Amino acid sequence: MDLNVMSRRRVFGLCGAVLAAAVGVAGCGGSGSTSGSGSSGSGAASATATATKLDIVGFSVIKSAYDALGAAFAGTPGGAGTTFKASYGASGAQSRAVIAGQKADVVAFSLQPDLDNVVKAGLVDPSWNAGPAKGVASRSVVVIAVRAGNPKGIKGWADLVRPGVGIVTADPGTSGSAKWNLLAAYGQALGATKDVAAAKTYLAGFVKNVVSWNESGRTATDAFVKGTGDVLISYENEAIAARAAGVGLDYVVPDTTVLIENPAAVTKSAPARAKDFLAFVESVDGQKILGSKGFRPVDDTVTISGVKGATDPANPFPKVANLITVDSLGGWKAVNALLFDTGKGLVPQLRA
Amino acid sequence: MADTVVVTSAVSGRGGAAAGVRRPAGGARGRAHRGRRTAARRVLRLIAVGYVVALVALPVVTIAWHTFAHGLGPVLDVLGGEDFLAAARLGAFVAVASVVINTVFGVGISILLARYRFPGRRLLNAVIDLPVSVSPVVIGVALVLVYGRTGWLGRGLEAHGVQIVFATPGIVLATVIVALPLVVREVVPVLEEAGIEQDQAAQSLGASAGQRFVRITLPTIRWALAYGVVLSLARSLGEFGAVRVVSGSVAGQSQTPTLFVNDSYAEFGPAAEQAGFTAAFALMLTSVVFIVLIAWLRPKERA
Amino acid sequence: MAFSGRLGAGPALGLGLGVLWLSLVVGLPIAAVVVTAAGGGAAGFADAVTSREALGTIELSVGAALAATVVNMVVGTLVAWVLVRDSFWGKRLLEVVIDVPFALPTIVAGLVLISLYGPQGPFGVNLVGTRQGVFLALLFVTLPFVVRSVQPVLMDMERDVEEAAASLGASGVTTFRRIVLPVIAPAVLSGAALAFARALGEYGSVILISGNLVGRTEVSSAYVLKQIEAGDQAGAAAVATVLLAVAIVVLVLLDVVQRQVARRG
Repeated sequence: MDLNVMSRRRVFGLCGAVLAAAVGVAGCGGSGSTSGSGSSGSGAASATATATKLDIVGFSVIKSAYDALGAAFAGTPGGAGTTFKASYGASGAQSRAVIAGQKADVVAFSLQPDLDNVVKAGLVDPSWNAGPAKGVASRSVVVIAVRAGNPKGIKGWADLVRPGVGIVTADPGTSGSAKWNLLAAYGQALGATKDVAAAKTYLAGFVKNVVSWNESGRTATDAFVKGTGDVLISYENEAIAARAAGVGLDYVVPDTTVLIENPAAVTKSAPARAKDFLAFVESVDGQKILGSKGFRPVDDTVTISGVKGATDPANPFPKVANLITVDSLGGWKAVNALLFDTGKGLVPQLRA
Repeated sequence: MADTVVVTSAVSGRGGAAAGVRRPAGGARGRAHRGRRTAARRVLRLIAVGYVVALVALPVVTIAWHTFAHGLGPVLDVLGGEDFLAAARLGAFVAVASVVINTVFGVGISILLARYRFPGRRLLNAVIDLPVSVSPVVIGVALVLVYGRTGWLGRGLEAHGVQIVFATPGIVLATVIVALPLVVREVVPVLEEAGIEQDQAAQSLGASAGQRFVRITLPTIRWALAYGVVLSLARSLGEFGAVRVVSGSVAGQSQTPTLFVNDSYAEFGPAAEQAGFTAAFALMLTSVVFIVLIAWLRPKERA
Repeated sequence: MAFSGRLGAGPALGLGLGVLWLSLVVGLPIAAVVVTAAGGGAAGFADAVTSREALGTIELSVGAALAATVVNMVVGTLVAWVLVRDSFWGKRLLEVVIDVPFALPTIVAGLVLISLYGPQGPFGVNLVGTRQGVFLALLFVTLPFVVRSVQPVLMDMERDVEEAAASLGASGVTTFRRIVLPVIAPAVLSGAALAFARALGEYGSVILISGNLVGRTEVSSAYVLKQIEAGDQAGAAAVATVLLAVAIVVLVLLDVVQRQVARRG
């Protein structure tokens, strides 16, 4: 009986210790976080630096870019003392999250409609894109990523609808990347003659070959990297980032593809520092940092070279022969209605 | 021949035939019989051990291997890193808060269920059991529908500046729900078995409800409660699906340890991979502590 | 086993508080799911649930959960038997290891499974994007349910009936089939019910190894998550309601089984 009592006491003590430890860990963490997520930087803190925290809500593939941008900004005199808290995920989902209450000072989405919805919800000033950059913070193009060595010999869009080619993409319901991808697939099939029938046929073949619809651009890349499918349709910067991180894949920049423009804006409730940060992102220095992460510069006069992960680091952003823009297809409202709106959109119909 | 044996005694474990015939089979046939039994036993043992090892033990060892593949240094870097510490703090806070809430309400509801009869008792039981059978993702979705900014109650709460979804209260609420039945299911049987005679006796001797609770009820349920608490702690710390829906997963702010593992996994590069595995290893270690506690407490709570 | 009977004022207040709490925390949220699902009307509900993708996920989730449950019913009973009736070096360790799926966070389990049975696994076997991978993940998380359900019953069983049968010449199999099985059957079933419900809604451990291939390895929980993030609340709620309905059926089954046990005992 004594042994029982002793071991009981010991167990009780152990339980108590575990609980106490848990409470201790929970309690002993004051807020005191002086550096933000990975983008820490006290840098050249001037005597008048004021500590400001900025909340960034961004789409899935820009994390490493914004980490670098944040660190660089905090190193500038105007940005000293800035810390960042960030959340990254599928563009559409992030947009809805912000509308549903997620705190944000700077929002960076994959495509403009996601930002428009936030404007409509009254969280961003409607004049967000009145500036010279028109609110575009980064650019890219849609590319076709293949396994290292291109074993299936993919040369362009036509090869994607061959039987036996498994396409990995994101899901347009949640992801901005997916919308760019499908827009590119449809748009390039329109051709110079704007042959709608041919485009619809192509899109049908494309959707048929999709093996995996993923939640975001990033999870699509993950699925592809882990062995799903034969090709990944994604941003050029995502393919570059993957290669820079050592992932074994190659990418094809098709002759005809879509120009991706990612908007970013500051919310109404953001501190003044947020505007400075956004200005930094859109400045030449910011563009150079984005370029090093694989994004094409918004300002055409800025040349980027030495991009780790690009097929040719010295000439990372080859000119695309036929660059389609959303505007040339009627703008996002028309594109959404044509391709993505539930019920009438081509893609939901093809997937039903 | 063995198939024609008919055993007529009652098969209930408790009321087993006291007058069982105990003549062991003797001679050569008996030895062959026992030999077959030993061989069969070995096969069964092999299958059981092999299955558990392949399914459980091996994967667990794998995590340790991946975590320490580059030595102890990177592991310590991650563990001391800003984001991981914030995630650990949040995880601990949420787990403790959820367990405290579930214990308080759980004990109260257990007493009601065990000691009283009232209309709707069966329904109450079923509602309590529901979270265990529902997908955590569905629980998260349900919370968003009710407490989100445009939700049934969320609308009103938002007007008063209370934010639940995409904030810590939402994470706590989701965790409370998934672990809801664990304490109740352990405590109720013990209370039912103990009966209320002691309680009534104390009442007739003038003890207040508070005194009766502390001096009679609590000691009775002590081990079952401890067992339920540890189960709840393990479940709360490990919750992922529901939290994935209701949290914005802001690194350093609303990112629980499980979300940290998931987000790290989504990133490229060896640094993120190290972070993901390290966090997973840390979670696994705490799980092992819980498992040991659970194994230790289990026979006692059944005693 | 005595009950205080009708409620006095104090306990009634407690009950009221308890009911309010449960409503806020369980009742209301579940109701919201069902109501939102119905919000699209019967046609909307049918559309959301019978789309090719949704149907595929439901079929996969139910099928894989069933398969994993059946396998673990058999092996779980076997493991419980070995734990109770056998003794060997390392048994205590086995006992503890079985609880790992209970306590391990699901996402960690997912990471573990993909490390072992994914492209960089040591065995050279890659189950990513396969239904076998999904099945394996569900096997992992449902292992302890039947074991822990059957163990106490086996432990409580008195051996004399079995020994009597043995001494009369019954083979081990017959003894098991006619004596042990009827006793443990309710426990096996109740453990299986819990296992099935858990496997049906599983998300964290499956999501990594499944690869989320539409029509092949996309599970219902992942689909519901995707739809809610896509802003399709009614569609997500519809599939969630179907999962809920299946879970409730399982609960009712559990209740019936438990009452049978009570009647017998």
